[in-house]
Amino acid sequence: MEEREGELRWDGLCSRDAATRAAALDNVGQAVLRRSRSVAPGRAAGGLPAAAARDGLSEALVRLLMLSKRCPFRDVRERSEAILSSVQELGIRIPRPLGHGPSRFIPEKETVQVGSEDAMMHALFADSFATLGRLDNVTLVMVFHPQYLESFLKTQHYLLQMDGPLPLHYRHYIGIMAAARHQCSYLVNLHVNDFLHVGGDPKWLNGLENAPQKLQNLGELNKMLAHRPWLITKEHIEQLLKTEENSWSLAELIHAVVLLTHYHSLASFTFGCGISPEIDCEGGHTFRPPSVSNYCLCDITNGYHGVDDIHASPAASIPTTESVCEVEALMEKMKQLQECRDEEEASQEEMATRFEREKRESMFVCSSEDEESAPTRDVSRHFEDTSYGYKDFSRHGMHVPTFRAQDYSWEDHGYSLVNRLYPDVGQLLDEKFHIAYNLTYNTMAMHKDVDTSMLRRAIWNYIHCMFGIRYDDYDYGEINQLLDRSFKVYIKTVVCTPEKTTKRMYDSFWRQFEHSEKVHVNLLLVEARMQAELLYALRAITRYMT
Amino acid sequence: MGAAWLGAWPEEWAWPGEGAWLDTALSSLSVAPEGAGLSGSGRGVGRRGLRGSCSRRGCGTRGDGRLRGVNPWYQVSFGLSASHAVDANPEHPGAVPTPGPALAEGTRGGRWGLDAACGAASLRARSQRVDPAPRTAMEKMARVSTALGGNTLTGRTMFCHLDAPANAISVCRDAAQVVVAGRNIFKIYSIEEEQFVEKLNLRVGRKPSLNFSCADVVWHQMDENLLATAATNGVVVTWNLGKPSRNKQDQLFTEHKRTVNKVCFHPTEVYMLLSGSQDGYMKCFDLRKKDSVSTFSGQSESVRDVQFSIRDYFTFAATFENGNVQLWDIRRPDRYERMFTAHNGPVFCCDWHPEDRGWLATGGRDKMVKVWDMNTTRAKEIYCVQTIASVARVKWRPECKHHIATCSMMVDHNIYVWDVRRPFIPSAMFEEHKDVTTGIVWRHLHDPYFLLSGSKDSTLYQHIFKDASQPIDRANPEGLCYSLYGDLAFAAKESLISSDSNRKPYIGDRRHPIFFKRKLDPTEQFEYISSSSALSVFETDVESGSMDWFVHTAKQYALAGRPLAELCDHNAKVAKGLDRNQVAQTWTMLRIIYSSLGTVSSTNLNHSMGKGSTTLPLMNSFNLKDIPSGLGSESRLDRSKGESRTENILMDSSSTLINNEDNEETEGSDVPADYLLGDVEADEDDLYMMDHENPHAEEQEYSLPQEAFPLRHEIVDNPSALDHLQDKADSPHVSGNEAETVSLTPVESFSLISISHSLYENRLPSDFFNPIVRDTLLFYAEQGDVQTAVSVLIVLGDRIRKEIDEQTQEHWYTSYIDLLQRFQLWNISNEVIKLSTCRAINCLNQASTTLHINCSNCKRPMSNRGWICDRCRQCASMCAVCHHVVKGLFVWCQGCSHGGHLQHIMKWLETSSHCPAGCGHLCEYT
Repeated sequence: MEEREGELRWDGLCSRDAATRAAALDNVGQAVLRRSRSVAPGRAAGGLPAAAARDGLSEALVRLLMLSKRCPFRDVRERSEAILSSVQELGIRIPRPLGHGPSRFIPEKETVQVGSEDAMMHALFADSFATLGRLDNVTLVMVFHPQYLESFLKTQHYLLQMDGPLPLHYRHYIGIMAAARHQCSYLVNLHVNDFLHVGGDPKWLNGLENAPQKLQNLGELNKMLAHRPWLITKEHIEQLLKTEENSWSLAELIHAVVLLTHYHSLASFTFGCGISPEIDCEGGHTFRPPSVSNYCLCDITNGYHGVDDIHASPAASIPTTESVCEVEALMEKMKQLQECRDEEEASQEEMATRFEREKRESMFVCSSEDEESAPTRDVSRHFEDTSYGYKDFSRHGMHVPTFRAQDYSWEDHGYSLVNRLYPDVGQLLDEKFHIAYNLTYNTMAMHKDVDTSMLRRAIWNYIHCMFGIRYDDYDYGEINQLLDRSFKVYIKTVVCTPEKTTKRMYDSFWRQFEHSEKVHVNLLLVEARMQAELLYALRAITRYMT
Repeated sequence: MGAAWLGAWPEEWAWPGEGAWLDTALSSLSVAPEGAGLSGSGRGVGRRGLRGSCSRRGCGTRGDGRLRGVNPWYQVSFGLSASHAVDANPEHPGAVPTPGPALAEGTRGGRWGLDAACGAASLRARSQRVDPAPRTAMEKMARVSTALGGNTLTGRTMFCHLDAPANAISVCRDAAQVVVAGRNIFKIYSIEEEQFVEKLNLRVGRKPSLNFSCADVVWHQMDENLLATAATNGVVVTWNLGKPSRNKQDQLFTEHKRTVNKVCFHPTEVYMLLSGSQDGYMKCFDLRKKDSVSTFSGQSESVRDVQFSIRDYFTFAATFENGNVQLWDIRRPDRYERMFTAHNGPVFCCDWHPEDRGWLATGGRDKMVKVWDMNTTRAKEIYCVQTIASVARVKWRPECKHHIATCSMMVDHNIYVWDVRRPFIPSAMFEEHKDVTTGIVWRHLHDPYFLLSGSKDSTLYQHIFKDASQPIDRANPEGLCYSLYGDLAFAAKESLISSDSNRKPYIGDRRHPIFFKRKLDPTEQFEYISSSSALSVFETDVESGSMDWFVHTAKQYALAGRPLAELCDHNAKVAKGLDRNQVAQTWTMLRIIYSSLGTVSSTNLNHSMGKGSTTLPLMNSFNLKDIPSGLGSESRLDRSKGESRTENILMDSSSTLINNEDNEETEGSDVPADYLLGDVEADEDDLYMMDHENPHAEEQEYSLPQEAFPLRHEIVDNPSALDHLQDKADSPHVSGNEAETVSLTPVESFSLISISHSLYENRLPSDFFNPIVRDTLLFYAEQGDVQTAVSVLIVLGDRIRKEIDEQTQEHWYTSYIDLLQRFQLWNISNEVIKLSTCRAINCLNQASTTLHINCSNCKRPMSNRGWICDRCRQCASMCAVCHHVVKGLFVWCQGCSHGGHLQHIMKWLETSSHCPAGCGHLCEYT
């Protein structure tokens, strides 16, 4: 028993002090080796205790594997690898990672390798590792844009760990609820671990009906926010706040809403960038030797067919002339729009119809390849109503009044409300939105010194348009000029039904562009979606308050 | 007199008159109805926070938001209760007894007073009696309709329904018409005596056009036919009312790419129009031309407001989303004249002072209204008003130099008129709107009594000043506060004080009144609230006022980390050392009640049974030690003496008997061995005291830490007056412990000694004495010695916790912590917070405690983590001795700023006087 305890002391590894880390690793190493010897094939003690010991051991080995690949500190990586190999020498099967890097869409060699990051990235990695005890795949993909990542991590850290109205396990549970709406097993797994780690009741994980009534009440809001945020009214808010017992306070509600929207949009990112399961989570590793099969079941369900080798990077393998033109054509259009904007002034009605058309069309933009991926069982238990998905605006004859961005904007209204009820978060979100919206390297694929603001605004407004948010001062005709169909399909899928995103969709838009640029697009999608959801929820809360 | 206290309250004293007192109290009150307690935005809160953070910066930490958020409420309630007490007990000047059981933290001589800056209800009632005089004067003024250039303004508070929410309003020069603009409305109303009458609908045409969707509207102040609107789609439209056709639209400027937030006419130039837009540009239009004359670039920061200076022909101010304000010369579009950062976050609005050419008021999302003096080379902030919500509009009040009207963009629907010199309380408030107010405008350039406002709730209001609610009326014009040293300060209207000065309670040889008066500003015609007040300070006499004992006790008490018996003994010794015998006595009793228990008491008993000869002296030793010390020199509180004596006896009598195994287990360290040691020590101790020459047979079995002996020695050696012992000749018998469990007759004690301990277990549940201990604590708290109450609470932990209701405990903790912090005993207050079992208290420490560190290399503030500087990528806090990163206590020399691990530096400086870093500085560690 003591031995076991010794093994589970991983906390020292997160330290920034090399000596502390070394000491902690020594401990772990010794404990693991001791355990390994006791279960080593030569000395088969047999019986139940050995099996239990083996379970504990494989857990530790998986953790070591994760450390050897994903720890920002080189000493830890090397030491854990050494421990693993010495365990292997004892004749014990050690795990190996499945999949190829943090993203299924982006070849591993094009992502930032742990160990070869630059100073700023390293600082971010170290921060993330020190606070979370891990370096997750989302971080590894987002690090294409370190400036944003910093703000993202700061916000997430604040939402989950710093003082706020909700208790810690509630926060993770809400994260699970939100991620489960999109069947995002990656985030669910991550937060199930965290939830248990902060002392959450494992029973709750059996489904929302096992959670306290208070959280159950949030289920409805969760559903609407994720799929049809425009339906949220002040009555919904009132229901949450006014039930005698199990009622939410305003501050708690804001915290919950921010968490929900954060995880809805993070689910979009996870699917949009094809984030692979964490190495130490289910489906991220295998103990089977590589020769047995090239992929395992979870790969299939996640849409990964080991096609990477065949297709390779589409950009590199099929540089057709057509796709080269794509970039030039886009830039040409941007230039035209920039120049002749003032000349052909569309009438007011024309502008209005353009918005309506874009809004209407956005719902016909559907992926032809609707391959329904079966939700894994352990995720589905978190949401009761699978049929309740994203519903397009007027598909069922319901007309949703357009949300005027000028009447309720994040900068003027949303910020004030959030910051009032949940201090500092308004500021953090504001920064994050700003960074995401203004992020640019003035490049487009191979071209430098390009003003991309028009393109970014088109993407942002297109997403808001899908949610019915209209900017009076934007000509929605621009969207049609700048975003082609495959791109729209991708945006629409990632934002509204992220679980249906496939690698083919990811590959088929903007073929000439770098992966980092596609990740950049995803950041825009994520933030625009989050802001849209927030705006609807906050407007309802404001209306409730007045 | 009260010098330290003065030091603690610098702002209050700097502020003349009753204003500060009043305002502190009131702003916390005014926050309340908004349900915005969470944001803690009242001015009182802010100021408290400020003070807290100033003083705490000394030790590097900023206070916790939670405490700040909560405190104003304490202020209010404590203030009230305390002043009630003043009223009710005129016979005891200086010593204010407890206000009542509900607020058990009443003070003894005001020892641990709170920042009660709020007056008594009873006194307030009196103040209202005084009030009417200025009030009637004001009304008289309000009724006088102002004659302005032959045009007389009369009217009443009135409103009309609009069809749609308004975004902005503007008045015509003649003050007879108002234009209302919004997304779906653009109408002109004439202002009649009794009502608004719709004059003109400017939204013509069947098709709704975004050009009509107005973000702002402005009526030219020279040409009454000329209007301009800013549309949400970026179009600037001018309107000519003189046009004969139905469509009054005059010109259309479509140069802005984004929403235009503001338009502004030049005050003296008919054809000059200025616009500011979301796209970051400001454009100046000449209405005689088709296009803009000049464009000013804000470097892609959105422009939120533009305002021509009223006096400087060429100057205009622009405010930006990033918090900046820029001054431009209309002739120089290439570069702004001046720029400064005015707010944190967007600056939504600005307004030039109509008379004073240098003053510019700005309002921002950060809930502040700031007044800037632009005459100097650097814009200087001269006034700052903190409101409770982001500020959407500001408008100087005509004819009142210091008055400004504001409305908010979110949550708060009221319109406030502030006197910027008194930023804590609005001087007037209009509460008619049901949704946020979007536009405010004074009806006439020279009339300060009529204010028009439009709102999202689709109404247009005319507010008359005499109907305004005046928060000042609802505020208590008295302030009351205890200093750390028991001095009592009381501020009230001067008239009140002088009329009250004959009242008994205020007369006494301890009274040293000081008066601060603020003379009415003769230039201020509309100052109708008397702002002259008197402040009196009542001093307690020096001896009883000294709080040294408090500080010493706080520093020396041990609250955790050792067995209960040791803690009690230690604390008893501390109290003893400070001549606080009663407290010492209490500690000793507690030790006896709670720590000589279970296994050990049984061994004790066994000993007793085995060696009858030792038993009696053992008991005697208790008495020698405890009873006399308690009775010995308790001179201060006569009435309590009797009480405590009886308690002593009671407790003593039962002391060693209680079998309290459960309780034992809740003691900090759960290792059984520890208990044994602790208990045995106590046991040993007793024996030791009892008979030096005849050590107990079993003593050898337990080895004691050496230092325990001298410690005990001192306690034992307390000078117990023999005669007291004589007085209480029978006390040894009474406290012949075991006896009491069966019968309280002292005589039986000896005979019952042999009862086996299992019997006691049955007879005396562990919490048998809890009610008595509880009463003791309540007693101390009521006496004003919350320190003892809290310390006992912490030391006893779960043994007593459930006896006292959570709220009382919380009160005690907050009071004690507050006191500790006022004495700047940060570490101790932190320890108390950490040790408290109260959830509300415990989380004080978990809430936003921030440590700000600058990197030692690049001297820039470090980001979230303390060890590595993000900028220069170096570990900032290296130990100069061992060259490792310091993560715990970092001690550094303030002379050369080198430092390191506390132990290392201490060790180093023992042998060397030079800095370990080799900088040659002669460091000193004190």
